[in-house]
Amino acid sequence: MTELLVGTKKGLFVLEGDPGAEKPFEVATRAFPGDVVEFAVRDPRSGRYFASVTSGHYGPRVMHTTDPGGDDWEQATGIAFPEGDDWSLERIWSIRPGEADGLMYAGVAPAALFASTDGGLTWELNRAMWDQPTRSSWQPGAGGLCLHSIATWPGDPMRLAIGISAVGVWLSDDAGETWRHGNAGLIPRYVPEESQGDTIDLCVHNMHRAPQRPERLFMQFHGGVYRSDDTGESWTSIAEGLPSDFGFPMVIDPGDPDTAFVIPLVADTDRVTVDGRVRVFGTHDAGESWTSLSDGLPQDGAYLTILRQAFGHEGEGSGLSLYFGATSGDVFGSGDAGASWFTVRELLAPVNSVRVA
Amino acid sequence: MAIVKLRAPLKDLAGGCREVTIDGSSVGDVLRELERQHPRITGWVLDEHGRVRLHVNVFVDGERVREDAPVAQDATLHVLPSISGGSR
Repeated sequence: MTELLVGTKKGLFVLEGDPGAEKPFEVATRAFPGDVVEFAVRDPRSGRYFASVTSGHYGPRVMHTTDPGGDDWEQATGIAFPEGDDWSLERIWSIRPGEADGLMYAGVAPAALFASTDGGLTWELNRAMWDQPTRSSWQPGAGGLCLHSIATWPGDPMRLAIGISAVGVWLSDDAGETWRHGNAGLIPRYVPEESQGDTIDLCVHNMHRAPQRPERLFMQFHGGVYRSDDTGESWTSIAEGLPSDFGFPMVIDPGDPDTAFVIPLVADTDRVTVDGRVRVFGTHDAGESWTSLSDGLPQDGAYLTILRQAFGHEGEGSGLSLYFGATSGDVFGSGDAGASWFTVRELLAPVNSVRVA
Repeated sequence: MAIVKLRAPLKDLAGGCREVTIDGSSVGDVLRELERQHPRITGWVLDEHGRVRLHVNVFVDGERVREDAPVAQDATLHVLPSISGGSR
């Protein structure tokens, strides 16, 4: 049985089913009805579920529980900006386990990183990122000034890479005590050519580390798909062969550092699947070539938008399962690494995030 | 002492209390004391800057006010979601 956590514009849906059965999953739970659930994830170490919940009235917060179907969701504390600073917490984009017992990270908008050392119950602002002297000049992307990607280094809590829209890649070798840029090679086509080499207005859409080869990262950029083989210091385009280099979601095969998946959209001016066809593209050679993976996905008149966090996975290699959801409320899955797809669920609320529990 | 009337979800965060009696000379004072007595409400009504959230309305004796409004000893406060908020 697979448990999917689907964050939507109208609450958290917990879906249960078997990818091998290739039939719709059941809705086991709907939590936080009426509120936006930006992201939901389960920490496999503790078994604790986390949900980023934004009330249209009462603002954003992290909720946690050990039973998503129960009534005992509790609010984590400490995810707030210092009083007196001229910023207000808008949205919590990402929550993920760190590389030490109890260590967790959360990325929020406007761009800030929070860490927890007690398994996500209490959180503390990363001051080194918060106090960056360039912060006042940081520009938001269309989704806000969001810190959405947090790439830990397997087994080493000191090394971190984060991605911010639109302030590029930041690297740390001291558990976030200090940060430096990692932007060499990124080409922001949306700024004048003469400024492309100097700007930090770099709109990272998604970034993941390959756990089996941690010096390698993959990135979906705002117009560009890239790979870094030097821990995020520099980047090489791997977009050749894709129908578009624009998009948001990205998944890395945890068992194969050469395998990654993206879901291209037309462009920033038209954020829907290309040619009305829903296609995942996969590479098994680190981006040298891409293959369309569309068997079972809508291929006629399907103009879907798949958001940044709406692509999840389970397993690895030939046992890799993939799941993604669209703002149409449809969720699709593959139990064979994308070779074939089935409809997990239709007609949910617009999907913000998909993760396997 | 002012009476603060709460509805869900704030009522639930206050342990099911529909009414809380609080001393304070301004709306901000009363709401901060509400947070002190019921810490789970912290961040729900006032933002990081001590301002009433944009999509929350506070009424004192029927008049919609902001955090700096005075509160009389026998005032009644209602804390309500505004019609401008919510998830569209």
